[in-house]
Amino acid sequence: MFVAWRDLRFARGRFLLITAVVALMCVMVGFLSGLTGGLAWQNVSGVLGLHGDRVVLAPATSSGTPSFADSHVSTAQEADLVAAVPGAEVEPLGISQLRAVAGDDRAAVAVIGASEAVLADAPSRDGAVVIAAPAATALGVEAGDTVAIAGVDFEVEAVVGDLWYSHTPVVRTTIADWRALAAATGVAAPNATALVVTGAADADWSAIGAATETVSQTPLLALQWLPAFRSEIGSLLLMVALLFGISALVVGAFFAVWTLQRIGDIAVLKALGASDAALRVDALGQAILVLVVGAAVGFGLVAVLGLLLGGALPFLVSPLTTLLPAAAMLVLGLAGAALSLRGVTAADPLTALGSAR
Amino acid sequence: MITLDAVTLSFPDGAGRVTAVDDVSLAARPGTVTAITGPSGSGKSSLLAVSATLIRPDRGRVLIGDVDAAALTLGEASRLRRESVGIVFQQSNLIPSLTALEQLLVMRELAGSARRGRRLARRRAQELLDAVGLADAQDRRPAQLSGGQRQRVNIARALMNDPSVLLVDEPTSALDQERGAAIVDLVVGLTADLGTSTLLVTHDLVHLPRMHAVMRMVDGRLGAAA
Repeated sequence: MFVAWRDLRFARGRFLLITAVVALMCVMVGFLSGLTGGLAWQNVSGVLGLHGDRVVLAPATSSGTPSFADSHVSTAQEADLVAAVPGAEVEPLGISQLRAVAGDDRAAVAVIGASEAVLADAPSRDGAVVIAAPAATALGVEAGDTVAIAGVDFEVEAVVGDLWYSHTPVVRTTIADWRALAAATGVAAPNATALVVTGAADADWSAIGAATETVSQTPLLALQWLPAFRSEIGSLLLMVALLFGISALVVGAFFAVWTLQRIGDIAVLKALGASDAALRVDALGQAILVLVVGAAVGFGLVAVLGLLLGGALPFLVSPLTTLLPAAAMLVLGLAGAALSLRGVTAADPLTALGSAR
Repeated sequence: MITLDAVTLSFPDGAGRVTAVDDVSLAARPGTVTAITGPSGSGKSSLLAVSATLIRPDRGRVLIGDVDAAALTLGEASRLRRESVGIVFQQSNLIPSLTALEQLLVMRELAGSARRGRRLARRRAQELLDAVGLADAQDRRPAQLSGGQRQRVNIARALMNDPSVLLVDEPTSALDQERGAAIVDLVVGLTADLGTSTLLVTHDLVHLPRMHAVMRMVDGRLGAAA
């Protein structure tokens, strides 16, 4: 790093410029990652952590992508499924998007009916709800208060954390209460939106699906059946991926040009006896420094601004949206810079002799 | 001591090959300067490149101390240059980002590993800069030095790692007569003081009387100067 440090000092304008470019890239990646995380959280946090091996949906049509929104598993389908996976536990999961009212306050909520065996934070009895903090805030209620959903009164048993489903805060009910609410809102013979199966991971799910007119996935992959989640996250992740590619290209291009500019100096150092390894470490050291400083400034800025934003935007500040993309930026930037190192090994020390320089 | 024993070097030239160094043998003893002169294209620089282990000859041996440099791998040759060979380039070839002092200190960093004795290295570099008359210019970068000063730093840098062999390539070509003479004096004096075996390539005949031996190359072949 002897020459690398002094090059940085000597050409500080150029290095400040590329560091600023890296920092700006990191700001963009960081904001997109935070936004992606925030939107993802507002989409699926209410159904993350389903306790089971498979989530089974019964789509309204057999064509197109299945969706939680139009799925309804009938009692007959549930019975067929139970018969198809003997010994497994099959639990119903009901999801509806309704309106909750408390006094003069109203809020759109996602009513999720399921037992504690399927999802944590279930209410202990019929007639009670567990309400997510954003809904409690919007409705101005706390534990012990009453909220009305579809004209039915429920007692708030507890207020839990920041749980969302498809951009609406979650209200948890028992499955019996959910069925009652679904019936009250016009669903004929409501049974469940989905089934959560435990203990049948190795079953032939495509055959079971064909026999029961259902589709199934692991709980994580089943999240793609939320249309809003799929479209938002898909677009944002594509942008993040493109930014990663652009970052690698920009950093690689800068160091390729930089190496080209100092190819004569590299040839002189090789003629004087510098090893290729030492020259590579020198060049990579510069790239690492630029990337680390740029990423620290960029993601630091994102973290500070993300915290300042508070609830103004669906923005998630976590290691997943800061440290992980920062690490990816470092790796991809270094990969770009490493490609430019071919110039270091290609420099011919023989050119240092004579009057060519 | 450096000894060249029946060294031949050729380059591709169309369908055939052209011989740049043709069966050359010579020896330079410690504390002496052996000048190699000759017309342009006679093979002087090729001979210097072979001596510097920058290019491997087709045939013959290049003995630096008791090591045959012609048989070394690229990595081994780099190490030999680092430890035993000093090169004074025709152009000063200084690194623009380094000060005069750092041009010398970098010689201790060429292996890439953290070197011990940095304080000693600094003292050695300062002594060498003092020896070439640049004690007051150690913090100047190449752009802040004159042509003669740059060539002096070039010489001091070549001596930084206590080489047993000093190879000097046309050191006066970019200098006027007076500064050229001063540089030659410096090379001759340092060679005597430090006991290096010095090969000096030059086309400048006016400096030849200062040399301990003078060889003339013509068409790749070496003979004693007239």
